[in-house]
Amino acid sequence: MLKFLLERDTWQEIFDSLGKNKLRSILTMVGVWWGILLLIGLLGSARGLENAFNRLFGDFATNTVFVWGQSTDQAFKGFQKGRQVSLSLNDAKSIEANVEGVEFVLPRSQQTVSATRNFLSGSFQMAGDYPLLDQLQKKNLIHGRFINQNDINDRKKVVVISEDSYQQLFEKDEEAIGTYIEINDINFKVIGVFEVGNVNMGPRTDMHVPFTTFQQIYNRGDKIGWMMITGQPEYDIKQIETDVKLMLKNLNDIHPEDERAFGSFNLGKEFKKMTGFLVGMQFLTWFVGIATLIAGVFAIGNILLITVKERTKEIGVRRALGATPYEIKRQIVTEAVFLTLMAGLLGIITGGWILIIMDYFFGQGPDAAIVNASVSIAVVFLALLILVALGTLIGLIPAFKATSIKPIEALREE
Amino acid sequence: MLKINQLHKSYPIGDSSLHVLKGIDISVEEGEMVAIMGSSGSGKSTLLNIIGMLDEADTGDYILDGLPIKNLTEKKAAVYRNKFLGFIFQSFNLINYKNAIENVALPLYYQGIKRKERIEKAKFHLQKVGLLDWADHLPKELSGGQKQRVAIARALAANPKLLLADEPTGALDTKTSHEIMAFIQSLNDEGKTILMVTHEEDIANMCKRIVRLRDGVIMEDKKVNQVRAEQYV
Repeated sequence: MLKFLLERDTWQEIFDSLGKNKLRSILTMVGVWWGILLLIGLLGSARGLENAFNRLFGDFATNTVFVWGQSTDQAFKGFQKGRQVSLSLNDAKSIEANVEGVEFVLPRSQQTVSATRNFLSGSFQMAGDYPLLDQLQKKNLIHGRFINQNDINDRKKVVVISEDSYQQLFEKDEEAIGTYIEINDINFKVIGVFEVGNVNMGPRTDMHVPFTTFQQIYNRGDKIGWMMITGQPEYDIKQIETDVKLMLKNLNDIHPEDERAFGSFNLGKEFKKMTGFLVGMQFLTWFVGIATLIAGVFAIGNILLITVKERTKEIGVRRALGATPYEIKRQIVTEAVFLTLMAGLLGIITGGWILIIMDYFFGQGPDAAIVNASVSIAVVFLALLILVALGTLIGLIPAFKATSIKPIEALREE
Repeated sequence: MLKINQLHKSYPIGDSSLHVLKGIDISVEEGEMVAIMGSSGSGKSTLLNIIGMLDEADTGDYILDGLPIKNLTEKKAAVYRNKFLGFIFQSFNLINYKNAIENVALPLYYQGIKRKERIEKAKFHLQKVGLLDWADHLPKELSGGQKQRVAIARALAANPKLLLADEPTGALDTKTSHEIMAFIQSLNDEGKTILMVTHEEDIANMCKRIVRLRDGVIMEDKKVNQVRAEQYV
């Protein structure tokens, strides 16, 4: 067989018969080419979407739940219903210490402020934060730095502002770092400017000041706005949410079945829905891709069958001239495999181009819809291998059909 | 050279069967040129196909060049066909996407002969039929007579012991028929054994022996004085 494949005559015969029947050969190839092209296009774009998704959320600790206080809906332990509940730093500490699976608890407070600088002013959302925030929701700093532990300890009047705030308060190209802005009549030194990402979890924040500074200025004592609770990766964030709420009710004398006392937003749960969607999409991609491939293979088989019918006489002549059934089969199968292989390779190349074009149009810039659309070489070659194997099998059908006809019948006039 | 004994062949038609050959006895010596004649349905083509190993007899013996031809596998039949027989068909049966020289070289390909030698031999045979200048032409670019000559060159390429021709002039006009017959006669003159099926009396008379079939049996088997085709050309 190897000798057969290495012989020039073999290829001469194949090229002759394929080349002289161009339309037929091209039609055969289109089926497979299209299948591979679609498979690569689909897999590539699915991967691209997944990458884009991961890039968007990559900077977030997704195993997170936000919890804030609301008002009670049940009277309990002498308290009337409708009591305002607010969380405290002690609550945060207890949760961090006692709830199983909690990795971080980050208290935050926020309020609307008005800020001015020289003759420019505006209204902003300002939050008091710990350095940990930068770890859980990566801040993309264009200039300067984020709040650090010293700022917290010394209650420094420093502020990290968003790019939008910078544009409102500063002239174009003006240096911001080290200058002061007035926030509700108190001067804060600008230490960083951050870029606003595409995805924001929780309320929009224009400015971050040290948590301790915030609490002191606004007389919050140990009352906090809300907290971000991050679970360890192996723990179920839904369970943590339940545990945390139960504990908070316990600490604040609230009825265990009070549904309204604490509000929460479970990012982990929402994120799971999204990733579930991605998994579904990948499954669909594979399903469609493989179905298309199979359709392509059947197209090959179909056309080969027609081909054999068309060439019945030729096959009869060849047999009259001394071709053995094996030689006839071998030729038909080799033609089929060669066609599939060529069409498959062509499909891989054009599929690659499609991904390049896709990348060019949709994959540029930080907020691209599709990031690094690609398929792994192993997957591509596996698909090709399956295709060739199926092509061979399917080529066997017409080949056997061709040789099951007696030469005399094949040669019979009309 | 060729010996056939009590050969029977029938084809199933629906529930019944059609008895086409009803006990044929014939022997052909080397160097003979035999015409098998008969009206359509007389079994002449079936006989030729059996001799050509394209079809199998039901019962009876067929010995070709000392070899009993019986219960052959397709593979063996292919090898024997390639080695012993050359076919000439009424409708030429050239492979339409191969040019003249490639068509001629095809039987040699199935003998496993190297390409260079194949082309060399094919050239020689094309030369012999006078079409060397047409070697690169496709069948559709050739006239009927030229096509048949290419087909004859192809039949000769493997240097067979026996040439089988099924109505070789059936698709040709009279003048071209005579040219072809003249060429076939010259091949016979060189010693080739030739067996042809025809229903044309004048073509049959250009052979050396006429076997007449009717309803599956041999009616007549006689030697004739060969009419030379050259005189009409």
